[in-house]
Amino acid sequence: MKLLISMFAYPFILRAFAVGILVSLCASLLGVPLVLKRYSMIGDGLSHVSFGALAVAVACGFSPLWFSIPVVVLAAFFLLRVAEKSRVSADALIAVFSASALSIGILVTSLTTGMTTDVDSYMFGSILAMSRSDVVLSVTLTLAVLILFVLCYHKIFAVTFDERFSRATGVRADAYKTLISILTALTVVLGMRMMGAMLISSLIIFPALSAMRLFKSFRAVVLCAGALSVVCFCAGLSASYLLSTPVGATVVVCDLSVFLACCLIEKIR
Amino acid sequence: MDNNEILFSCRDAALGYEHKPLLEHLNFKVRRGDYICVVGENGSGKSTLLRSMLGLIRPLSGEIECPAQREGKIGYLPQQTEAQRNFPATVEEIVLSGFLNRRGLCMLYSRAEKADALMNMGKLGVLELRRHCYRDLSGGQQQRVLLARALCAAESLLILDEPVTGLDPAATQELYKILRYLNEKENMAIVMVTHDLTAAMQEAKTVLHIGRSGWFCGSVAEYLRSSEGKRFGGDGR
Repeated sequence: MKLLISMFAYPFILRAFAVGILVSLCASLLGVPLVLKRYSMIGDGLSHVSFGALAVAVACGFSPLWFSIPVVVLAAFFLLRVAEKSRVSADALIAVFSASALSIGILVTSLTTGMTTDVDSYMFGSILAMSRSDVVLSVTLTLAVLILFVLCYHKIFAVTFDERFSRATGVRADAYKTLISILTALTVVLGMRMMGAMLISSLIIFPALSAMRLFKSFRAVVLCAGALSVVCFCAGLSASYLLSTPVGATVVVCDLSVFLACCLIEKIR
Repeated sequence: MDNNEILFSCRDAALGYEHKPLLEHLNFKVRRGDYICVVGENGSGKSTLLRSMLGLIRPLSGEIECPAQREGKIGYLPQQTEAQRNFPATVEEIVLSGFLNRRGLCMLYSRAEKADALMNMGKLGVLELRRHCYRDLSGGQQQRVLLARALCAAESLLILDEPVTGLDPAATQELYKILRYLNEKENMAIVMVTHDLTAAMQEAKTVLHIGRSGWFCGSVAEYLRSSEGKRFGGDGR
């Protein structure tokens, strides 16, 4: 317990807590419509694109964050909007995106700096990666996501449940989908340096899946996903500090255990 | 209630995508209390017609007027998607979302809207299910929930896209009974795309047949005498 309290003495851990809680809240809220609309893999695809962009930025000496944000936002926009009209199915398109971005990233890195610890920490996350500007960005992002969910809750519900009906009744479904994909892209970029490119998508998917096992109404699923995600992140980060394990993997294992517990509860009920 | 109130009309309209018209020189009107079945082969332009009635696409040429759409009085029952069947939402949440077209950025539904939603759930016999989860319902119950949502949006015109697809015979009969009630007792105009020709001939007052070579619009008796009807719907009796 003393050990647990002592970790708050480190400013970098405090920053990791702040960014992590906010990012996992955003990811889980955005995850509910994404999972229900069968776009779960989009987070995975975006994180790989984000990895590629970061690797290119490091190699060329650009600021990693400011270079990858526009790239990933563009990719998100493309995946969600263009994929609907293209002849290639969405899941194939996401796979193409992930693999290409990942290989471009690796290629660029090996040609320039070589596989340094920097690149490794992008793959699997690092608790040391969070700076002051990350904290500011994640607060802004969380505010944007919360405002969207509070003001447009019913429209998000309608677009998620039935896009055709909501379009026919005059809801601008495309605008909402674009907004959700841009916010998802920002969440992925912010979260991936702590959670790791390979693991960040679990923050989007697990809480929504767990909450859907437990609750029957959309409102309860959204609220529960947010709460579960924050709890899992705090537990995971503390555990990773105590056990000296990588933070991303520890948080994902926490999410997984909660998901399994939720499945069990559903079975028993 | 004025029975001649025109809810939708199109004059010499051409419908289709990217300058390729699927349907040309289309003329027809929907008045209050009409019951129109839209029939025809796959790919003949039935869904294109629905989309233009809903104001989602413009005609390539000609004129389409839909006062009901402008005033937000259309209720729409789209085909269900696979993802929807497992959706975690209560019946009440879904039915209330029918009111979305009447409001702007307001966050909460009004008391009047909640009362209306309860009434519509009552009409369709899903009131006692309102706290149930949508994914736990049977196919027929799900369809009635979606119809209740459409009623929340509709004042005078209901547009249905193959409403009985995937329903068992009992649920199908139940749905037709509800539609007949809405049409006769509440003077609701109904436009229904369907492949269920037998029922279309029994239930509808008017048939709009859309074929690759042209279209036909007339009463059921006229339709069965027409060349389209003999070829396509002749086995409907």
